[in-house]
Amino acid sequence: MKLSSLLSSSGEWLHGEGPHNQIVVSSRVRLARNLREHSFPGHAKKAQRLAVLEEIKPRIEELPEMRDAFSEYMQDLNTLEKTVLVERHLISREQAQKTIGSAVIMNRKQTLSIMINEEDHLRMQAIRAGLQLGNTFKLIDKMDSALEQKLDFAFDPALGYLTACPTNVGTAMRASAMLHLPALVLADQINKVIQAVGKIGLAVRGLYGEGTEAMGNLFQVSNQTTLGEAEEDIIGRLNKVIEQIIEHEQNARQNLLQKKPGTLFDNIGRAYGILTHAYSMTSKEALNLLSFMKLGIDLGFFPGSCLTAVDELFMETQPAHMQKSSTQKLAAEERDSLRAEIIRAKLNAFPKPDIAGPPDEVPNTDTADE
Amino acid sequence: MQKVNLCEACSKEKGVTDPTGFALTDLLLGLGAAQEFERANTVQKCPACEFTQNDFKKTGRLGCAVCYDTFAEGLGPLLKSMHKGTFHTGKIPARQMRSIQLDKEIRLLREELQAAVQKEKYEAAADLRDRIRLLETSISS
Repeated sequence: MKLSSLLSSSGEWLHGEGPHNQIVVSSRVRLARNLREHSFPGHAKKAQRLAVLEEIKPRIEELPEMRDAFSEYMQDLNTLEKTVLVERHLISREQAQKTIGSAVIMNRKQTLSIMINEEDHLRMQAIRAGLQLGNTFKLIDKMDSALEQKLDFAFDPALGYLTACPTNVGTAMRASAMLHLPALVLADQINKVIQAVGKIGLAVRGLYGEGTEAMGNLFQVSNQTTLGEAEEDIIGRLNKVIEQIIEHEQNARQNLLQKKPGTLFDNIGRAYGILTHAYSMTSKEALNLLSFMKLGIDLGFFPGSCLTAVDELFMETQPAHMQKSSTQKLAAEERDSLRAEIIRAKLNAFPKPDIAGPPDEVPNTDTADE
Repeated sequence: MQKVNLCEACSKEKGVTDPTGFALTDLLLGLGAAQEFERANTVQKCPACEFTQNDFKKTGRLGCAVCYDTFAEGLGPLLKSMHKGTFHTGKIPARQMRSIQLDKEIRLLREELQAAVQKEKYEAAADLRDRIRLLETSISS
């Protein structure tokens, strides 16, 4: 399968209906594995890395879930293609730097992606829409169980799966959810949430921005520790915390509607006005305004049918995605004007926000779970 | 659990603000864990992959699976400080399940055997010894 045809459609998780999908964009679970008899990629010589690559790659390609998969050596992808894959969370930034001796394999639905010779011999990831960490884990666990029949993974009875970095040893699992938390940001409560979550061994990070200045109000919550706790327990703990964050976000939304409707309507109205009329826009501005559009849809100010377009724009307005849609190399200013054009075209059919005044009935902020 | 306070410049340098590159090992190694690691280790170089202590100090990564054995003394405290526990309780690869379960069974039987000997229950002890031998031969076969 060609990369261009893989990338012409966005991943299933971007459209998929998942539980709590107004607030939880996606759930991801990544497992790291290494072959017992070989040095880890960072220490291995080129010949050793190639040997590992050729041992692992065919075993993955022959899996039933990888039929019609996209499978490519890293040196055969150009920088733009690699960056698009990074923006889609299908490969890591680290893997994008690799050339000979590394590879990536992903299924057509873009729910499974496997990196060979990143920091570990194998990094396998599953990604699904909404909050479904348990199902996402099952998906990747099944693939791991099929692979361990054919590959001798480095495993120690006391330390579990052995990884290049001691922070991953044990389950070698990183489970994470991407959350959209505009109301907690608006209400200035997000730092409290980040601190509270950090205290219990989980991490919250801004998805695109640096530190707590998260662009698009998107945050990633993940487990920090991997040794001493079973996979299901880690996921259970993470789930509980995420459900609490969802509740906080919902409360913050209700609070804004009741106590600061002016601020809320102003933000959403401005986002709509700028997005539909601007002629130049950076990706940072786009992400932040799209976040308010998404909030506006959740709160019923736009029809629910608008959601797909907005969700797609989150991805399509990323720099490499912009460049991909153009035939010539774009300078930053050209990208910004093309970005504004794409957004205007997509939001053209959107009705004006239905904010006549404070709504009599407070709309339900999360119907996905009913 | 180790708490770390960093200024903005340091956190940037350590990659804390980079959502993809945050590695706890790098952070801990910069805070004296490297010296501790060095002190506790008696072995300089991994016999399997020739990875050295210095390599670990530089990269925060290990060279191969055997390094976990080679540098076990130094890694112990480091793992303790970064994880919830020190013993893996999660998934076990199916092909190792049997040997790991047998190991556990033998360990428990040995404890019973010791207790039986202490209580001078020699008949029970002999019985336990036979069962341990049986399990041990099934491992080596």
